[in-house]
Amino acid sequence: MSNSIHSGGEGELYSRDRAWHPPAFTPDYKTSILRSPRHALLSFRPTVSELTGPVFGDSALGPLDNDLIRNFSQDGADAIGQRLIVYGQVLDENARPVPHTLVEFWQANAGGRYRHKRESYLAPLDPNFGGCGRAITDESGYYHFRTIRPGAYPWPNGGNDWRPAHIHFSVFGHSFAQRLITQMYFEGDPMIWQCPIVGTIPDKAGIEQLIARLDRRNTVPMDALAYRFDIVLRGRRSTIFENKREGN
Amino acid sequence: MSNIFPTLRESPSQTAGPYVHIGLTPNFLGIEGVYVEDAGASMLTPDTKGERITITGRVLDGSGAPVADAVVELWQADADGSYAGARGPHSNTQPAFSGWGRKPVDSEGTFVFETIKPGPVPGPLGKPQAPHAQLWIVARGINIGLQTRLYFADETTANADDFVLNKIADPRRRETLIARREEGAVPRYVLDIHLQGDHETVFFDV
Ligand SMILES: [Fe+3]
Repeated sequence: MSNSIHSGGEGELYSRDRAWHPPAFTPDYKTSILRSPRHALLSFRPTVSELTGPVFGDSALGPLDNDLIRNFSQDGADAIGQRLIVYGQVLDENARPVPHTLVEFWQANAGGRYRHKRESYLAPLDPNFGGCGRAITDESGYYHFRTIRPGAYPWPNGGNDWRPAHIHFSVFGHSFAQRLITQMYFEGDPMIWQCPIVGTIPDKAGIEQLIARLDRRNTVPMDALAYRFDIVLRGRRSTIFENKREGN
Repeated sequence: MSNIFPTLRESPSQTAGPYVHIGLTPNFLGIEGVYVEDAGASMLTPDTKGERITITGRVLDGSGAPVADAVVELWQADADGSYAGARGPHSNTQPAFSGWGRKPVDSEGTFVFETIKPGPVPGPLGKPQAPHAQLWIVARGINIGLQTRLYFADETTANADDFVLNKIADPRRRETLIARREEGAVPRYVLDIHLQGDHETVFFDV
């Protein structure tokens, strides 16, 4: 079989399962009411415009970009809070690693306060905590970063809504149509199940996919607990040629 | 080994929330010293070829109010119709133009990209698509990032033939994707994004 036949190899993106994602209109999360499109989305076969996407080299990153304990330190001191390693693998729906892709993350400090001009929660800022970081996945699709456990925080929605502890994630993949923003929650947190934003996800199994697991084996003794959070992006069909590869 | 069926499910989307700037545009927010520059802040280099243009517009909600906490990303081909870094025949692996930009909107909901006019890229059956840029919009209250395209009003012939525009059954809704051109030293293309309402933008599931 000639090599040329399966070069290229990847076919169309699997279509997005919109019933697995939150719908646009979720009235329990009030801000969605005026920000949700009401018309049907337009479907068409992805073109080169959707299948390509931006590429980020390792050189784009600084040495502390994946260290939220130190990357905003003003006086050399570490950020306050329970020290964590958060790591995981970015995969596609075919369970193939997604290497060399940018993963960005942001979070509140240990008290649940964000460093943002719109933030009004009375928990104090930590002068040594900025709240942002980023990493590029390695050859096997892994990323990792060091941070502190974010606090839960109240937010104006219903009269008394609180967000469970969470970290926001932005992921690129290799196609612009794989672009995804999501949130990571922490195993065992009872507040996950009372949150209107978590509740926009229709399926309990979908919510569970966003809950990071405590990973005792990767903890750093006397230093940091580890949580594992894998992220799955849209996958692409194999081409028919690839499926007929010799030896299969 | 290649799989015929997917074995995992995509991670469900969650809103970017009101504090998205911390993660995506910290310098814009005033969190300085972590990153040298916000990713996607500038698209042009001195070596970028093509007609300099500005792409601008507002992001508006169903009541017509600005979505002042939105972040907009743009992905486009270069002036020759090649995408940076793409694998395959329509690729440019030494880009003087990254093709990708990211902008937070201001308090009026306005985004501004300084870029170049993209060339036509291939579509189905090798037929060219009209020049366009992909847009992706996230904000508090948007549960899953919104994908759409921006086309250029002065490309009348190409637009009339574009397979995506022609998939929009109501011709009035096609207009929600076509930016008007304003002349100037640097021409401006202006398109408002309406998340909802009488002028709701056509968003894609693609
Ligand atoms: Fe948050």
